[in-house]
Order: sequence, then structure tokens, then C-alpha cells
Amino acid sequence: MFGIFDDPNALWVLTGTTLLGVSAGLLGCFAFLRRRSLLGDAIAHAALPGICVAFLITQTRSLGPLLVGALIAGLIGAFVIQVIIKRTKLKEDAALGIVLSVFFAFGIVLLTIIQHSGAGNQSGLDKYLFGQAASLIGSDVRLMAICAALVCVLALLFFKEFKLLCFDSGFAAGIGFRPGLLDGILMTLIVLAVVVGMQAMGVILMSAMLIIPAASARFWTERLGTMIVLAAIFGALSGAGGTFLSTLAFRMPTGPLIVVTSSVFFTVSLLAAPRKGLIAKGYHLIATRGRVQRENVLRSLYEELEETGPGTRTVTIASVAGRRGMNESNLRSTLERLLREGLVIREPDGFRLTEAGLEAAHGVVRNHRLWEMFLMYEGQLGADHVDRDADTIEHFLPRETVGELERFLEIHGLEPRLLPNVHAVDGIDKAEGGTA
Amino acid sequence: MTGKRNAMEVHDLTVAYDRKPVLWDLDFTIPEGLLVGIVGPNGAGKSTLIKAALGMIPLASGWVKFFDKPVEDVRTEIGYVPQRESVDWDFPTNALDVVMMGLYGKLGWMRRPGKTERERAMTCLEHVGMADYAKRQISQLSGGQQQRVFLARALAQEANIYLMDEPMAGVDAATERAVVNLLSELREQNKTILVVHHDLQTVSDYFDWVVLLNMRQIAVGPTKEVFHDENLRKTYGGRLTIISKIADAVARDAPQGLR
Repeated sequence: MFGIFDDPNALWVLTGTTLLGVSAGLLGCFAFLRRRSLLGDAIAHAALPGICVAFLITQTRSLGPLLVGALIAGLIGAFVIQVIIKRTKLKEDAALGIVLSVFFAFGIVLLTIIQHSGAGNQSGLDKYLFGQAASLIGSDVRLMAICAALVCVLALLFFKEFKLLCFDSGFAAGIGFRPGLLDGILMTLIVLAVVVGMQAMGVILMSAMLIIPAASARFWTERLGTMIVLAAIFGALSGAGGTFLSTLAFRMPTGPLIVVTSSVFFTVSLLAAPRKGLIAKGYHLIATRGRVQRENVLRSLYEELEETGPGTRTVTIASVAGRRGMNESNLRSTLERLLREGLVIREPDGFRLTEAGLEAAHGVVRNHRLWEMFLMYEGQLGADHVDRDADTIEHFLPRETVGELERFLEIHGLEPRLLPNVHAVDGIDKAEGGTA
Repeated sequence: MTGKRNAMEVHDLTVAYDRKPVLWDLDFTIPEGLLVGIVGPNGAGKSTLIKAALGMIPLASGWVKFFDKPVEDVRTEIGYVPQRESVDWDFPTNALDVVMMGLYGKLGWMRRPGKTERERAMTCLEHVGMADYAKRQISQLSGGQQQRVFLARALAQEANIYLMDEPMAGVDAATERAVVNLLSELREQNKTILVVHHDLQTVSDYFDWVVLLNMRQIAVGPTKEVFHDENLRKTYGGRLTIISKIADAVARDAPQGLR
């Protein structure tokens, strides 16, 4: 079952698909960020007639001539796409669709002609549709390795330029890096990577190797360098994994299996990546919702007390629900939470803030009102940096600014006056407990 | 002291998209060391003027020179701030990296930025008050902060003339002040700055010179001399609301001036 490691040819194949994964993954990052992911798809389909024509001319199925044919056809396809976009009113999606389908249809016609001809039956050209890595031999892999290495080296040499091109092509033009030339280089490298991988991956699925590893890597990092390394690793593992699977599953084409393998990486990234993954996002959303509701309830309780006076500190559910129009089940579950935190206690006719609860509510209310003051007087304060994600106002504003905001609060008579210590000595002048 | 050089010279410039000209027969000269506003209605060709000057779009006729040389010869002397909306802020990179891009021009092809460049970029970030945000992913910056990063990148270019496309559009008051301070600081170093600007109310306060543009060149010269009612009417045509707003602003200012 693990015969792949005893068979020298199988090792070649494994090496070939791994290298292919690395080069496509790496280059795919730039294609992805330049929003040219689908270009790879169009180019791969466009390369098919080139392969057929090369076979018709040379009557050999060794990889070298076929690659040259594919390369030329791929470049022509890419060029036609550019011409259509630049010279006509058609947009990129239409241009890609037209070139992809027309070139591919032409390729299928040629392929059928070849297969009906005498020599065609053994040509094995149909393997180029879905890829058959098992058909790779040592010399093929050497050629693939050279091309893949070339693609990687060039992509890394132009790392800085490609990064600039993908992020801000206008600025690149402004400082004298010609975006047209850079796009040309990038596109040629994409064609090369696509063409090299075609025998193993097949023209139909080749673009997956450009898109999926790059898209998966994007979930895990905010650094381009890291993204490229990750995409190369995902690509390599997908290539190797798919090839390995194809030796297990009898005569399964490699291309689909490689894509299936890479889709595992993608699915895991999509779901489980920290911060950007769906699970983390969902969790964050729920946590934020809970926090906001908790703060809202605390504020409502506090405001209720401010209005009715601190006497009993007991607040009915109806009055709290009325304040912010919270629906009652949310309100109840939030109150349960506050109960567990020891911030409120249950009373026969409602809920009551504990000492700790009053202190927490005071903090929340103060923070909210300082925020309001800040938004009202932002212009006068001249605060340079505001980190609106920060939890409490002290985290993003300097001490002096907070002091100033507190003055504004007093001017507006909005300072939260109910403090636990004031309240402990019941009924004492509540104005005394400012916010200092 | 020698006389002032010409920072920018536009001669007989016409720019066309497809067959439709968007800029007609521009012809003006900007002396060195001035803060110049490029003002005109939407679609007047303000951004196009900057892009054409930088050689980013082909000219239908005419030429633009910086310090008496064609743009290709003086690239490293020209700083450029594109519109903030022109890039994808979701790009996987941080503020410091973006600022380092300002040094790519001097680095040239294929050379990688190193420690020197990082330190230089850090200084520029400090200059715009963004040092604490160097490692922050750029999508997590506010609009004003993103604009500051763009300005820091332009500073890193250490240019002699800066072309800025709406650096004050959609930023908070504090950032606008910071931008204005930075611009006057650059002018004190005898840099020339051309700024596409939208807010007519502040033109007189901010700019020494103004280029009034509406596909054609309406007027170019010192703000005091050319930024007046009649030229504005020519620039903005029948859009009287804008004109009357300006008239109001002028009227409000006038008594104060007389006092």
C-alpha cells in the first residue's frame, strides 16, 4: 500500500507535485492580491490548444515541446485578455470568460482530431484535462523542477516590486516602477507556473493551485512574507498529499485529488483561523453582543436609581426593559449573568444592585458619559489619536484629556454621582461623590 | 542667493481619455517653495493633472517639467500621495511597511529594504505622530491614520516637490491640522507642494498659490490675486450654491478684516 516510497518513479512524481505546489502557492499570493486569481484559470484553459498544436508539429509527447506550446498559447491567451480589456468596452470578467471558453473549445477540437488519428491513441494528451501525475517521468520532473525553481526565484527577487504593485500600483507608477511591465512579468510567471503544473494537475483544475493555498494562507496572517511561506507550505502539502492519495485510489486522476486535499486546508483555515476564521468571528460577535447587553443593563439600572433616588436600589424588570427597549428574554439572561457575577441580587419585585454592582455600573456609566463628552468636544480637545476599539476611555486618551472631559461632565451636570461608599452611609448628600 | 527655480512647468498640456479630452491647453509655471492648491469641481481633471504630470497616463500634447527636467530624470525628487481610496487597505501589511515603500524608488529594482530603511521609515512615522502604530495592520487604522501613513510614506521619499491627491478628504479635524502643519513645515524647507483640495472655505488660509481648474485652466497665481468671486464663478459655472457659500464666507470675514 505504501509502495510509492519504493518506486523511484513514484518518488519523482511526488517531488514534481510538491515543487508545483510550492511555486503555484507562492505566485498565487501575488495573483490573489492583484485580483488576478481567475487569470490563471483562463491561461490554463488557453494553453490546451498550444499543447495539441505542439504535438501535431513534433509528433512527440515529451514534456519539453509540449510545454513550449502551452507557454506560447498561454501567453497569447493572456495577451488577448489584456487587449480586450484595454481596447474595448468589455470588462475583465467578460474577457476572461471569452478567452477561457474559446481557447479551450479549440483545444478540445484539436484533441479529438489527434485521438482519431493513428498515433493519437497513445498520445496520452487527454491526461492534460484532469492531470495524471503518474505519467511523469524523471526527465519531466527535472524540467518541472527547473521551471518551478525559476518561478520561485524570480517571484522572490521581485518581492518588493510585486508587493508594491499589488498594494498601490498608482504609487508604483508615480515613483517609476512601471506597473505595465511589472504586470507583464507577473503574468508571464503565472503562465509559467500554470503550464508547468498542467501535466500533473490538468488544465481544468490548475488554477485551484494558484487560488486555494493563497486564499487559505490569508486567513492566518497579516504579513505578506508569512502569507507567502504559508501558501507555499499549503501548496506543497496539497501536491504531495493528493499524489499520495492517487496512488492509493486506483487510477484516480491526480488533479482532483490535489484540489480535494487543498480544500481541506482551506476549510480548516476558513473555520479555525484565529481572528479571521468563522468560528473566531462568531465567538467574537456573541461575546461582544453579551458585553454590550451587560453594559446596557448596568447603565439602565444605574440611571433608574439616579432618577428615583438611591433609597431601595430595587429596580423592576419592566422599568429596565422600558429604558432601552431590550427584549425581555435578553434582559433576563443578562440579569442572570449579573446575578452569577454577584452584581445584582434578586428581590421579590425585581433586582437590586449590590455594592460591587453599583461600583461596576458606576464605572460603565462614567465611561459612556466621558465618551459622549469626547464626541461632543472632540474638536476642542485636539486629541490626536483615538483608538475607538479600546474598552475604557483611559486606555486611549491621555490623563489630562480625561480630566478635561470630567470637567465637561460636571458642566453638563452629567457626572455619575452614585458611588458605593456614598451610598453605604444612606441618604447623605449625593453630590459629594463626584468622579474624582 | 540665486533666484527661485521653477519647481514645475506645464506647457500646452492636453490629456484625453479615449477621444474625449479631459484637460485642455494647460500652461503654467509654479515657482519653488510654494504651497499650491489645485481647486475645481468634480470631474475638472485635478487628479488627472497630477497623474499626467507623473507620466502615469499618456499626454495628447504638451509636456511637463520638474526643475527644468522631464519627469523620468527627476523621479526621486518627486513625492506622490495618491487618493486614500485608491488602495485596498485590507492588504496584508503594516503601517511601517507602507512607509518603507516610499524608499523603494531610491532603492531601485530588486534591492530589499534593510535596517537603515526601517529606521528611516520609523522616523517618518514619528513625524506624523504614528510611531505607536508602526506594527498595526493597515485595515485597523482609522481614515485619518491611514492618511498620515500615506503622508509619512511621502516624507520618506525625501522629495523636493510633492503632489498630493486630496490628503484632507474625509479626515478628522485633528488630522487635517496635522496635515496642514506638515505642509507648512515642508514649505519652510523650501519644498514645493501641490495639493488637490476640495474645501473652498479653507483655500485662502492654506495655500500661497492656487490653480483653478475646470478642464481648462481658469487661473493660476497667488491666492490673494486669483482666488476671487469672478474666477470661482468661471471655475464652478452655474453651481451657484457653492459660489454663494463662498460669498457668505467672504462676507463674514470682511468686517473682521476691516476692524
